[in-house]
Amino acid sequence: MIELRDVHKTLGGRPILKGMSFQVPTGTTYVLMGRSGIGKSVTLKHLVGILKPDRGEVLVDGVNVPSLDSEGLKDLRRKMGYLFQNGALINWLTVAQNVSLPLEEHSRLPRAEIRERVMRTLHLVGMDHAADLFPSKISGGMRLRAGLARAIVTEPRYVLYDEPNAGLDPIIADQIHRLIVEVRDRLGVTGLVVTHSRACAFTVANRIGVIDEGRIAEEGTVPEMRASTSPLVRAFLGGGSD
Amino acid sequence: MTPIHAAAEFTHRNLLGAGFTVRLLLRTLGRVHYLPRRMRFTLDQCFAAGVRALPVTLCVATVAGMILALQTGIELRRFGQQSIIGSVTALSMCREMGPFITSVILAATVGSAMAAELGTMNVSDEVTAIEVMSVDPVDYLVLPRVVGLTVMCPLLTIFSNMVGIFGGSLIGASNLGVSTQFYWRSVQESLMTPEHLLPKDVYTGIVKAVIFGLAVSVVSCSAGLRAEGGALGVGLAVQTAVKNSVILIIVLGLITTWFFYYLQIT
Repeated sequence: MIELRDVHKTLGGRPILKGMSFQVPTGTTYVLMGRSGIGKSVTLKHLVGILKPDRGEVLVDGVNVPSLDSEGLKDLRRKMGYLFQNGALINWLTVAQNVSLPLEEHSRLPRAEIRERVMRTLHLVGMDHAADLFPSKISGGMRLRAGLARAIVTEPRYVLYDEPNAGLDPIIADQIHRLIVEVRDRLGVTGLVVTHSRACAFTVANRIGVIDEGRIAEEGTVPEMRASTSPLVRAFLGGGSD
Repeated sequence: MTPIHAAAEFTHRNLLGAGFTVRLLLRTLGRVHYLPRRMRFTLDQCFAAGVRALPVTLCVATVAGMILALQTGIELRRFGQQSIIGSVTALSMCREMGPFITSVILAATVGSAMAAELGTMNVSDEVTAIEVMSVDPVDYLVLPRVVGLTVMCPLLTIFSNMVGIFGGSLIGASNLGVSTQFYWRSVQESLMTPEHLLPKDVYTGIVKAVIFGLAVSVVSCSAGLRAEGGALGVGLAVQTAVKNSVILIIVLGLITTWFFYYLQIT
């Protein structure tokens, strides 16, 4: 389970998180929504130990992430996958090499088995045809799908998705949403998704939290949030364009 | 912001940068045991450094040797001493000019590229992605680049020395009336000593080149890893890398010369 308890964080003299608290039970997907620059990605970075809170607790499986030493952080990160906004693929490696990187670094699997696992994961995200292409030769949507393959190839228990549909057309975005659901249902992954997209939230979420003033202002299941009359919730999840 | 505040902020920023660079150097040295695992990428870096810098290094070093011979030769001729031009050119190239020219060119070509590559990776979250995969960016990204440049700088310096001395021989023969045969005998006598396999003037230059290569690579990687704020930040990182590298080359050149020739360390 992922849990944040009263997390505070100031960056560049500006308070970003002001008492952020929420829980993501094992095997469920939690969607974080909120205005740009309000601290959604900052929240994700606390979970992998890239940022440390000024105050509060960031718990993964009951372990307080900021208290981990470098070895503890390595162990934690091996249990996690992270999908970055633009995929963050390493540009001098092919798609397959990018996806195989975490396996080559941390597993003792034979090369053939790594290749087989990489191709299986690329097939899952519909990218097996582009395995030998470099990131500069593929589209933004393909980069995201390759990034997702890299995030799940180690079969992590947790996957963090940072704007998994940013800049994608609705068809590709829908494919990504279905993949997130598939990853949760097939692999039992616990997910935390940062997004602005209603379609994404309604498709992938078990619970949705809307951030305001550096903390979760409104929270609930998809039906609860759909029925909410809160102006903040309506602003993010109400009618209008996605 | 008052001038005092601006000066304080400037100093603070530079001290933080220097601290980051020193820490990066120590962390890189502490991860040398990962080198066999990164060998392929290290060899790629060696090849890239050689390919990028060799042509321009050879051209510049040849011309530098010619200028050196010409400027010194004109003065020596006034005293009828132009016959020692081979010795003067060889010693100047091996002790100072060879390592200096080579490392400045490496800073401008390879160091700037390193800062741009790592800077772009940093602003596009690739470095964070590597970290999140539990891969240490120091041993994955920095170590191969540092080793590559630290190995290539002395190798290129040897080429620089050779072509610089050759450039001097062209000027000796064409402008100073020193025959090629006599010039090369003078070079040989000044550099070769029967009691040493590798003469001091040659090895001090090579040691300097190793130090310069290490400094340029660490400074460039540090600038790249501290880049923030998109394309502008990457541009500033490249500028910082080249500026700091050249300053360090000059300062470290002085220190190593003082160490080897003033303290007479052999």
